[in-house]
Amino acid sequence: MSERAAKVTPTDDEQTDEQITDSAAPDAATEPDSAAETESETTAEPVTSGAEAVVRALENAGVEYAFGVQGGAIMPVYDVLYDSDIRHVTMAHEQGAAHAADAYGIVSGEPGVCLATSGPGATNLVTGIADADMDSDPMLALTGQVPTEFVGNDAFQETDTTGVTTPITKDNTFASDADHVGSDVTEAFALAREGRPGPTLVDLPKDVTNGETDREPDEPKTPDTYHVQERADSEIVAAAAERIENADRPVMLLGGGVIKGEASEACREFAIEHEIPVITTMPGLGAFPEDHELSLEMAGMHGTGYANMAITHCDTLIGIGTRFDDRLTGGIETFAPDAEVIHVDIDPAEISKNIHADYPLVGDAETVVEQLAAAVDESPAATKWRAQCQQWKSDYSMAYEAPEDAPVQPEFVVEALDEATSDRAIVTTGVGQHQMWAAQYWTYTEPRTWVSSHGLGTMGYGLPAAIGARLAADDDQEVICVDGDGSFLMTLQGLSVAVRENLDITVAVLNNEYIGMVRQWQDAFFEGRHAASDYNWMPEFDKLAEAFGACGFRIDDYDDVADTIEEALAYDGPSVIDVHIDPDANVYPMVPSGGDNGQFALTEDQL
Amino acid sequence: MKRGLEGPAPEERPTPAGRRNKQGIRIDPEVEATHEPRRTVISALVAHEPGVLSDVSGLFSRRQFNIESLTVGPTDDEERARITIVVEEPDPGIDQVEKQLRKLVPVISVRELEPDAMRRELALVKVDAADPASVSAVADMYDATAVDSSPETATFEITGSRQKIEAAVETFSQFGIREVSRTGLTAMARGTDQTAGADLTAQPADEAKYGDNTQPADDD
Repeated sequence: MSERAAKVTPTDDEQTDEQITDSAAPDAATEPDSAAETESETTAEPVTSGAEAVVRALENAGVEYAFGVQGGAIMPVYDVLYDSDIRHVTMAHEQGAAHAADAYGIVSGEPGVCLATSGPGATNLVTGIADADMDSDPMLALTGQVPTEFVGNDAFQETDTTGVTTPITKDNTFASDADHVGSDVTEAFALAREGRPGPTLVDLPKDVTNGETDREPDEPKTPDTYHVQERADSEIVAAAAERIENADRPVMLLGGGVIKGEASEACREFAIEHEIPVITTMPGLGAFPEDHELSLEMAGMHGTGYANMAITHCDTLIGIGTRFDDRLTGGIETFAPDAEVIHVDIDPAEISKNIHADYPLVGDAETVVEQLAAAVDESPAATKWRAQCQQWKSDYSMAYEAPEDAPVQPEFVVEALDEATSDRAIVTTGVGQHQMWAAQYWTYTEPRTWVSSHGLGTMGYGLPAAIGARLAADDDQEVICVDGDGSFLMTLQGLSVAVRENLDITVAVLNNEYIGMVRQWQDAFFEGRHAASDYNWMPEFDKLAEAFGACGFRIDDYDDVADTIEEALAYDGPSVIDVHIDPDANVYPMVPSGGDNGQFALTEDQL
Repeated sequence: MKRGLEGPAPEERPTPAGRRNKQGIRIDPEVEATHEPRRTVISALVAHEPGVLSDVSGLFSRRQFNIESLTVGPTDDEERARITIVVEEPDPGIDQVEKQLRKLVPVISVRELEPDAMRRELALVKVDAADPASVSAVADMYDATAVDSSPETATFEITGSRQKIEAAVETFSQFGIREVSRTGLTAMARGTDQTAGADLTAQPADEAKYGDNTQPADDD
């Protein structure tokens, strides 16, 4: 009842405000620099409350979707969203809201928005925020908070949300008054998107969102203390260009920053022009077409043998938008030990953090690659090196055995899904063996088609990510969630959302009834003792899907694979294929943690 | 069935000649020097707003930077505060400290101070005053000012370099120290040199080589 009572007062004020604004409008129009704004202002009612300012801020920023879960402290914002054109997707769990927003950000390039209430709502977002932070995905989280006067008193559903999320956000803000809350949101939105993207959060106490204000939010703008360097130092560019011209064994290493910086095209042109072999990191999948002969695909712990050989033996490593994560480098001592490193990154703090940069190029990936392209006059004389890379491609082929009489091999399923879908199909995954197979055996040719949890490694990411990706994707892009049984079990309540929203996504659960990656490590490093990795029993995911109202399928044999995939893809709505794969299948190649990339194992006994 | 992939085994593969050290630097004669930790002072000008101190202290604990002291106080501009941090890290670590600090949104500018920068610390030392004459003599030696006295205790304020304060505390200890409270270091660049000011925002992020600033910090 108090909610309603609180609402009545602003409604009365609304009319008064409207009249004031109407009469004030002609004056505003006479001011020369406000002419552009006048048009947009006349289309929307003036704001009357903090919550209206919050939603107006989102609308002004062009937000189309928001993912969230209702709750006490965020109710004023939801009450305004109710009348907004922003489409709110009610998730089954806040973690899913964060992952969906994260994936929306990856696919669209614009910050995905998630909402949750205070306390458990906010803490449930934490995993998804941390995930976005590790992967530099643009995301804006809005959390309700208990009224300011109760903050610090351990009130019902109170959590120090800004305190909890400080280490996992690019920036966060506790909104302290209704007049400023709209601008807090626009600023957080701008910060999430600009420079190196990342998650931002605005904590919204209920008295602030309920509070009266007529202040329209400012345009999205980063704070004055925030600086992004777009162009790299031209002297270092010249030096790096000379190094590239004189390289004997050059390699380009494209990270997720290439995709986020819209630099895929520039990198592609540069690599092809100068015939430089290209490796990607896992977040960089899609930055360069993997079907191109210069592509060596992915390097790192489960990268291809040829990528790991090339990165180990190169003499010039052009790393773009990569943070040289330990899953990529393996042991630092043996990482590209003969290479002079040219490192392009928009975040100065990534330069020489893990791997010393001989040529540090701070700037926007696309701008810097264009600077390099303009500075490099001669292609490196690397015919022999390219031949060597091709030789490694055949020496360390990714071809796997799939005998008819053995259980279905997961690689086969991934390839079949890739075959059955278009080049622009989007793949989301959970974390574990299935994720690695999806990374290795799907041929990525387009940026923003690989949506996964890299840095944080969040099991359960795949399904909620598919929901966010679906809404960001074009209609002709299929959205496939390649999941594992363990990962799927963590967030499968999201099926209820996919069904309710009638989202056309296809989930393929590579089911081995194990936490497979842990089982693989236990076999290799823990004498095969399967502590807590062996589920032994799993629900029947196809039937579970049906119970949710989705379409369920099951695959046990090779014969079923192609037809079932076709059927599932044809279904207009969410479908789940429970694929019973060989439970003993392992992911190779493999570089053990901290190992030498060049010494990757091709079989278990090489570990 | 046989599991895994085909291809030359690890021992059959060529291996590169080079190596990197733990800091990711290729080991070759030019840059071979391993970087030993050194103590230095970093000054940061920050927006004076709630949460900045926890942003900064959280950053240090999360990234395992070794800090000796961290002080914060207002400046002549009420919207800005200055944070002075004494860190002990090898050069690449100091470089990271500066870059990570700069990355925090409320941080306006960051600078490592020159070894000749002015550095001061204040300490309150409460000692047993059974022998007032001797206590007073020691206080005079260190320009300590009496702040409080009681029949049993005397409390002095000592200002100066870290070494001076440590020496004073050491000398006072002969009387029996009840309590010591130190502020941690605050510092400022000498002369017209700016400590960390608003116009230092576009700072070079591109120092490829280390070693220009490796002389040992002189604490006074």
